[in-house]
Amino acid sequence: MIKSIKIPEDIKLLEDLRAGDIVQLSGIILTGRDAAHKRMMDFLDRNIPLPFNLAGQGIYYTGPCPAAPGKIIGSCGPTTSSRMDSYTPRLLDLGLKFMIGKGLRSREVIGAMIRNKAVYLAAAGGAGALIAGCVKKAEMLAFEDLGPEAVYRLEVENMPLITAIDSLGNNLFEIGPKQYRL
Amino acid sequence: MKEIRVSAIIQAIEKLCIQACYNLGDDVKNLLDTAREREESPFGIRILDQLLENINASRENQLPLCQDTGMAVIFMEIGQDVHITGGSLQEAVNEGVRRGYQKGYMRRSVLDPLKRTNTGDNTPAVIHYEIVEGDQLKIAVAPKGFGSENMSRLTMLKPSDGVEGIKRFVLDTVIQAGANPCPPIILGIGIGGTMEKAAFLAKKALLREAGKPNPKPEIAGLEQELLQAINNTGIGPQGLGGRTTALAVHIDTYPTHLAGLPVAVNIQCHAARHAEAIL
Ligand code: SF4
Repeated sequence: MIKSIKIPEDIKLLEDLRAGDIVQLSGIILTGRDAAHKRMMDFLDRNIPLPFNLAGQGIYYTGPCPAAPGKIIGSCGPTTSSRMDSYTPRLLDLGLKFMIGKGLRSREVIGAMIRNKAVYLAAAGGAGALIAGCVKKAEMLAFEDLGPEAVYRLEVENMPLITAIDSLGNNLFEIGPKQYRL
Repeated sequence: MKEIRVSAIIQAIEKLCIQACYNLGDDVKNLLDTAREREESPFGIRILDQLLENINASRENQLPLCQDTGMAVIFMEIGQDVHITGGSLQEAVNEGVRRGYQKGYMRRSVLDPLKRTNTGDNTPAVIHYEIVEGDQLKIAVAPKGFGSENMSRLTMLKPSDGVEGIKRFVLDTVIQAGANPCPPIILGIGIGGTMEKAAFLAKKALLREAGKPNPKPEIAGLEQELLQAINNTGIGPQGLGGRTTALAVHIDTYPTHLAGLPVAVNIQCHAARHAEAIL
């Protein structure tokens, strides 16, 4: 069964998702990857408020291609989430509710997810053109100087995702491969 | 002596960059189709369906297949009877990359390794030159994404490690990589030579038509054996579990020193992009 979730309306439903649940996500998400995370840490270290509120929001780890004329956004598939692992617990403690990316997360991230009832959703790595079709609006939000690594506010419709790690710490990256190992 | 002007090279490379990033070859698409037929995991099936849809979306909507349009790796096989005129060959290659990435609205991902400041135009490319016989210039453009490049490894095995040692290293590399290189993957493996030769062989093996076996039967046998072993890990599409972890294994070998056994494993994601032209 596919669960349709709309952000921000259904944000509370995220914590009830279980690893393996198929999700179609609509609504608002922020983008951010390596350089944006580093910048956020700089801000927090210096006690400067972030230019956007993370509480109750989700970050999609992506660095899109530039949009061609007439297009909303270029290809925008997920990037490897583990590169954000060292920054993520701090953002989860600030109220970040979900993350979208590809690949494993560290034990520290999973611990912080359980603590904050957050979820990690997997998008198909490499499906950049397909996912671009789900983006209905893209707006530069902050850190414009970072180019493809800037923070955008996206409005998405029916973005195809799989619940990879749920708010209890169940991890499809462990459960799944075990089932098919020969 | 055949003359080739650098302007022709710029044009060719510009076109090849765009072609590679927008049109995944049918070789890879066919392997994905076959994998989809065989996949048993519901998550695996879902992911493979999305990857196949993505190929269509990319072709129909004129969008790069993947947003990581990579670092441009260029292989130039230059016939020894070719004379390149009108300017610097290296500048021509980079100019072609610069124009291709700009005109194709492809992501510029290249930066200074320490300062991390973006060069802004995806140059410089990584260029491999080989001088070969004849009067042709063969150009292959292979944009390489770093989700998979980062998971690649090289080791200097002991001769006593033998084929078993090679298998262990390859399998271990794939297991360590797990979900990160966007499985299903294609492996380029270089065995022999020196350290850099093994790495070069591994990268170049990825240019081969995906799934085409090495002409030497014993190497082709090893390719099949490794493919089977990799798919038995259960890692599956995107690491969520399933039967399809790799689509193909390409091995190339070169004689090596009696004291060594270099092995390089270059991991390539399913966005196995390459385009070629002959001038
Ligand atoms: S590893 Fe390949 S498919 Fe995955 S994001 Fe990078 S280039 Fe794209």
